[in-house]
Amino acid sequence: MIPPAVRARRTRWARTARWSGWLYVLPALLFYAVFVLRPLALTFQYSLYHWNGIGVARWAGLQNYVTVFTDSDLLRIIGNAFVLIVFFSFIPVGLGLLVATVVRRIAGGPFGTVVRTVLFLPQVIPLVAAGIAWSWLLSSTGLVNQVLRGVGLGGLARAWLGEFDTALPAVGVIGAWVLLGLCTILLVTGMSKIDPALYEAARIDGAGPVREFLAVTLPGLRQEIGVCLTVTVIAALASFDIVYISTGGGPGLQTTVPGLEIYRLAFAQRQVGLASALGVVLMALVLLCVLPIQRLTREDRG
Amino acid sequence: MKLSRREQLTGRLFLVALVLVTLLPFVSMLSAALQPRGSVPAGLAWPSDPQWGNFVDAFTVANMSALLRSSLLIVAGVVPVSVLVATMAGFGLGHLRVPGGRFVFLLFLLGLTLPFEAVITPIYYQVRDLGLLNTRWAIILPLIGLYMPFAVFWMRAHFVNVPQEIADAARVDGSTTWQLFWRVQVPLARPAIASLTILLFLWTWNQFLLAIVLVDDPGKRTMAGALGAFQGQWGTDQVLLCAGSLLILTPVLVVFLVFQRHFIKALLQGSVKG
Repeated sequence: MIPPAVRARRTRWARTARWSGWLYVLPALLFYAVFVLRPLALTFQYSLYHWNGIGVARWAGLQNYVTVFTDSDLLRIIGNAFVLIVFFSFIPVGLGLLVATVVRRIAGGPFGTVVRTVLFLPQVIPLVAAGIAWSWLLSSTGLVNQVLRGVGLGGLARAWLGEFDTALPAVGVIGAWVLLGLCTILLVTGMSKIDPALYEAARIDGAGPVREFLAVTLPGLRQEIGVCLTVTVIAALASFDIVYISTGGGPGLQTTVPGLEIYRLAFAQRQVGLASALGVVLMALVLLCVLPIQRLTREDRG
Repeated sequence: MKLSRREQLTGRLFLVALVLVTLLPFVSMLSAALQPRGSVPAGLAWPSDPQWGNFVDAFTVANMSALLRSSLLIVAGVVPVSVLVATMAGFGLGHLRVPGGRFVFLLFLLGLTLPFEAVITPIYYQVRDLGLLNTRWAIILPLIGLYMPFAVFWMRAHFVNVPQEIADAARVDGSTTWQLFWRVQVPLARPAIASLTILLFLWTWNQFLLAIVLVDDPGKRTMAGALGAFQGQWGTDQVLLCAGSLLILTPVLVVFLVFQRHFIKALLQGSVKG
C-alpha cells in the first residue's frame, strides 16, 4: 500500500510534470524545426518552382518532377545509385556473412580483437580519406595495376576510376571496403545471440555446414541482416563524399549519383527547383527501399 | 565446437588476407607519402630513403594546427549542445511522457532516414539569410538540428526502459523534476550518453557535405571538409596529398584506437537502433 499522502503528492507532481515536461522537449524540437522541418518544407516548395536562386521564381507545378522522371540523364543518375546498392549493400552483407561465420568459429582471443579492430577502421575515417586512398590505389600507376602487371595480367591494367566501363564498379568497391567491417561485426554480434542448442540439434540431424548456415544461422540473423541492409542501402542511395572525391561524377555521367547531382544543380547550375525535386525523389526512394526491409525483417518480433 | 586443423588454418589465412586488404589503402598511402617530393610514385614500393620530412611539409602546407583548432571548435559547438538537448527531450518523451509526445516523437522519426542532400539547398539559403555563411556557426547550428532525430530517438529508447520506481523514490524525497533529471536520471543514463557522444563526435569530425557547401575557407571547416579542399589544391602532387591525408586522418584514428571498445559498441548500437 502506498500511503495516501504520497499518492496525492505523486499525482499532483505527475500532472504538473507532464505539462512542464514540454520544457524538456522544446529545445530539441526548436533546433529540429528550424534546421530540418523548415528546410524540408522549403524543399517541397522550391521543387514546384523554376528558380535560379537569385531572381524571381516562376511557378512550375509538377514540371520539375516530370523532368526528373523523363530526362534520360537524370534517370541514369538515379540508376547509378541503384547499381551502387549492389556494391554498398549486397557485397558487404554477403561477404560479411561469410567473414562473420569464420570470425565466430576461429577468431577468439587477441587475434579476434585485432581482426575486429582492423575491419572497423574504414568505418571510422572520413569517407573523403577513403576516397583519396582508393583513388591512389586504383590510379594508373597505383597498387592494383602494379599487382596485375606483377602476375602477368598487365593487359588488364587501366585507370579504373577513369574509364567508362570500370568507374562505377570501382566506386562501388570503395563503398564495399568501407561498409564490410560494420556489417561483419553486426553479424558476429547477432550470431553470438543464437542459441547454441540449435546448432547442436542441427549437428545431431546430420546437417553439414551449409545446411546449418541456411537452417540456423540465417534465420537467426534476420534482424541483424535487416539492420545491415537498412544502413548500407541508405549509404548507397545518399552517397556523396566518395564519389565527389574519387571521380567527381565522371567520366561523363558514369558515376554521378543523385546526391552529387543535387549539389551541382543547386550550386553550380542554379536550377534550385530541379535540384529540390530530385531531393524529394531521393528522399522518397530511400523510404521506399528502407520501409520494406524493416517490415520483412521485423515482422516476427513485433 | 571442434574444428579440424585444416579448417582452422584456412579460416585464419582467410582472415589474415582480409585484414591485409583492409589495411592496404593505408599502407599504399604511406609508401607514396614517403617518396621524394616532386617524384611520381608508382604502386607500393618502400622508398630507399624514406622522406619523413614530407609530413612536416604537409603539416605546414595544410595548416594543420588551424584545421585541428577549427574541427575542435565545431565539435565543441555541436556535441555538448546536441547531447544535452537530446537527453532532455528523451527524458521528456520517454519518461515524463508529455501530452502529445507520441506525435512529436513520430515527427522526429520522420527525419531518421533523411539524406542531408535533400535539405542542403534550403539550409544554404537559410544560413545565408541569417548572415552566417562562411562561419563555423553555418556548420554547427544545422548539424545540431540534423542530429536531433537520431539523438532523441536514442535517448528516448534509454529513458523508456528506466523503471518508474526510481523516479517515484525521488519524488517521495520531494525533489523537483529538474533534480530528478539532473541528479538521478542523467547519471543513470551515462552509458547511453557516452555512446551518443562518441557517435556525434565521429559524424561531426567526418562531416563533408555541409562543410563544402556552407564554408569556403578550409580553415573554418571540419577535418573532412578541409581534406576535400586539400585534395582540390594538391591533387596532382601525389606525395604531398598522401602525406596530408594521413595527417588529417590521424587524430580520429588515435581517438578510435584509444576508445576502441566504446567506439565499436557505440557504432553497433547506433546502427541497430537507427
